[in-house]
Parts: sequence; C-alpha cells; structure tokens
Amino acid sequence: MGPSLLGILVILASAAALPGQAGLSASDLLIVLLVALGGVVYWAVTRWRVDGDTLRVETGLFRRQSLQVPLSRAQAVDLVEPFLARVLGLAEVRVRTGGASRGDARLCYLHYNEATLVRAALLAVAHGLHEAVPAPPEQRLAVVPNGRLIAAGCLTGAIPVSLGAVIALAVLGSTERSVLITGGSGLVAVFVTMALTAWRRISTEWSFTVAEAPDGIRIRSGLLSLASETVPRGRIQAVRMVEPFWFRPLGWCRLELHLAGGVKGGDRQPARVRRALLPVGPLADAQLLLDRVLPDRRAALTRPPRRAMIRAPLSYHFLQAGVGDRCAVAISGRVRRETVWVPLAKAQSLRAAQGPVQRSLGLASVHLDVAGRHTRATLRDRAAPEAVHLLEELPVWCAVARGSRPGPV
Amino acid sequence: MRRLEVALGALGFAVVGVVASEVELGLAAAAGVVGGVLVMGLLAEGFVNRRYRSWGYLEREDDLFIRRGVLIKRLSIVPYGRMQFVDVTAGVVERMFGIATVRLHTAAAATDARLPGLAVSEAARLRERLTSLGEARAAGI
Repeated sequence: MGPSLLGILVILASAAALPGQAGLSASDLLIVLLVALGGVVYWAVTRWRVDGDTLRVETGLFRRQSLQVPLSRAQAVDLVEPFLARVLGLAEVRVRTGGASRGDARLCYLHYNEATLVRAALLAVAHGLHEAVPAPPEQRLAVVPNGRLIAAGCLTGAIPVSLGAVIALAVLGSTERSVLITGGSGLVAVFVTMALTAWRRISTEWSFTVAEAPDGIRIRSGLLSLASETVPRGRIQAVRMVEPFWFRPLGWCRLELHLAGGVKGGDRQPARVRRALLPVGPLADAQLLLDRVLPDRRAALTRPPRRAMIRAPLSYHFLQAGVGDRCAVAISGRVRRETVWVPLAKAQSLRAAQGPVQRSLGLASVHLDVAGRHTRATLRDRAAPEAVHLLEELPVWCAVARGSRPGPV
Repeated sequence: MRRLEVALGALGFAVVGVVASEVELGLAAAAGVVGGVLVMGLLAEGFVNRRYRSWGYLEREDDLFIRRGVLIKRLSIVPYGRMQFVDVTAGVVERMFGIATVRLHTAAAATDARLPGLAVSEAARLRERLTSLGEARAAGI
C-alpha cells in the first residue's frame, strides 16, 4: 500500500497557490519549484503499512524517520479532505495519538475510496479485529441545520460591544471628523477579524453530522474542506456543555468532547483535542447525544453552602456539583453556563485547594484532572467537611470505576 | 537550603546597605539599616520555615498524597497507575546541598505533583519505588 500518485498533483497545486500574487517572477517560480520538489520527494520516500496492531510510517530522504503507532492506543482516526484534494477526489487519513501533536501519523493523499477502506481497517485493528473486517454500519444521531449554525455564529458576545462601539463612534464623530476616520477604520478591521473568525467556525462546522457506529462516534463536517472523525469508545476524557448567554433564551447549547493528546498545538491546524460534538443545538438533542457518549452520567447535584456566595457572588447562581457512581459533574459560570462531565474512570489525579478566603468561610475546591491541557472538573467551593470526605472517597471510587479494584457491588 | 537562601539574601542586602550608608550617612544610619535587615531576615526566615514545614508527602497503598502551601493549602493525590513518568532534577544550588526535586507526570497537564528538597538518596529511592509501583498498576489513559 502506498500513497496515490495524484498526491503529487495536490502538492503541485498547493505549491502553485503559495505565492498568491499575479506577477510571477523568476524567484517566485524557483520557490514554487523547490516546494513542489520537496513535496514530491516527501511523497516518494514515504511508505506505510500495518504490521500486527501497529501502524508503521517511514519517511525521509536523507534522515530516515520511522513512526510506529500502536493502533490499540489510537485516540481517534480522522479522514480529512482539504479543498484541493477533495476536488481531485483524494483524502488523508490521520491517526491521532495521545502524545504531542508530532505523534500523529498522517497518511497523505489516497483515493477517497481507498482512504475509507484504510480507515475502516485501522479502526478494526484498533479494536483488536482483523483488518479485513468491513466498517460496521452507522446510525445517524444528529444533524445540525446550516441556518442554525449561521445564526449561532452571528450570536456572539461581540454584538453588544460592537453596537456600543458604533454608537460611541457616531456620537464622537459628529463633533470631530478625525475621530470618525481613525475610529471607523479601526472598527472595520475589528469587524473583518470577527467575520473571519465566524467564517472559519461556520465553514469547519458546515453540514455537521454525528453518527454512531459500533467502532465509535463519527463526526462529519466541513464546507470546503471535509473532515470525518471517528472517536473510538472509551477515548472520551470529558464532555463539556456550554450555554452562552445568547443561546440560553433559545434553549441552545454547544457540546464538546475532550480527548487526550495534542498538548502542543504547533501543527498547521490547531490540535483539535476539543471537538464539537454538537456545535449548536437544542438541549433535547444534547441530552440524546449525552446519553450515547456517557450513558451512566447520573450524579446527585448539590449546591455549595450559601456562604459560598461571598466567595463567588456572581457564579453562585449556577454553581452546582456532584459525584455519581461513574461520573463527576460540575456546573459553573454566570454569563455562560458550563457543565463538565468527567468519567471517574478517566481521572488522572485529584487536587484540592483552599485559599485564605475559602478557609475563613470553611470552603474548599476539589479538582479532578483528566488527560489534556485544559480539561478538568472543578467542584468549586464545597463545604470543607464534604471536600475532605470527597478526597478520602474519590480515589477509591476512581479505582473502582477504572476496574483496578473490585467494586462494592 | 531555603533557610540559606534567605540568609544569603539578607547578608547581601546588609553588606550593600552598610557600604551605601557609610558612604553617605555615617555610622548610626548604617547600624539602623543592618538592624532593619536583620529583622526582615528573621521575618522572612519565619515565613520560609512555615512554607518548608507545610510540604509533606505520604506514600499510600494506591496513590501518592502531597500536601503543600501556607496561604493557599493544596493537596494532590496521584494514583500510581496514572503516572506517565517520574522526573528527578537537581540544579546547581540543589546539588551543592545534596538535594533533588522529584516530579510526577500524568497525562493531565494540570497535575501538579512535585516534591522539592528531598535528599538525593531519598529522591532515588522514591523514584525507584514510584516507577515500580507505576509499572505494576499501569492503567493507561
């Protein structure tokens, strides 16, 4: 198995698009040729194969580099189609590992059909099956209408700020003209960046589809570049539900999956360890999806004692947390409500902190860390005796949930 | 060693203070400066001592328990099975005093488990014990 010859075309085309300017000088041409040559050489010297349950990728002309990915440790297998490749009917298979971004194995540019077969084979091996086992059928769980996506993209906290800025500018500019010109140009720049951010978000999440297959959760989206990601079961480190201020009156929310790895986002694309499971959707859809990814997430939620209001006057409104048999839940935030579910089996370490204000109030915060950089459930401002109790019991509950210790049942 | 840091710092300040004030103000002021520095040094010594005493760790059956902090009290519990690797570092000053810092890493970046100021032999013993326990109970990600 090797990469497709058409890959050269993609590399050539992307290289040709590199200078971007109309006037092609000799030096531009040279750069294009060099980049293209580099791409062709990279393509020509890269070989990969599946050996047992490991994927080996060997590359490099002078300095041979060999990457071995144990597929049983794959965090996700993605099928990515950048726009140019998609036009030519090509795709890239990307295997995400738990380590830093360099550990990702990228199999660049195969024919689309071949790529889907390769992905199915890799996933089959990752689940300990034979690689010839065909991809199991999938069941569609949720589709996000594009209209809703656009509406959500426009409904950001920037709206009142920019409105205020426009009004302020109009008031100030009516008296002095120079303010109008400088402020106006600044505002235009801000609007352009905002529009670009919204565009990027909408174009990556265009025609968002979530499906469930026996080998994992499939997430498909994209307007120009298509991405189809498969997250195997048991790889979800945490699920986060965000309800921004503007979404709440509409009963919408955003669901995110947190996966391990991608600690350094130095790759061309930022490491997508936080994947949208539902970019925007009604709470009912979110509940349905949550039932699928975290079936036993029940936990009795309790509020922190009333004196915590002094410590967190604003966010006390939503502040709730609880620990169930298999899952810890924490709700926080005032303007945007955030709910984090962390399966106890995934907790990496436990921390507790008590600052001077908390100590005088008899409160303490308990954190459950899971793999990844920003992911944790914080049980904020719990009563001190409860925090102590949690610290005593949580290690045991986590061990039981992991299966490394027999449960009481 | 922490105590020494403070003492050295105070001494340095005292010398600078003495030199500077002798040049400009005469002996009485110099004595005042020295006295002030000593008082400050003693206070700092007290704080450092408290901070030093607040560090503690306990090797429990299934996890390592670390306690630290005076103003903000922090507790960390790291199950042995979750450790990815153990790191022992000793800087120049640390080496002079024959101590080392042991750091535990898990897959979570937020895990904050470090044990500074262990005697080198104790650090080596802890590292060996933690790695063997980690291997025996490895739980993956």
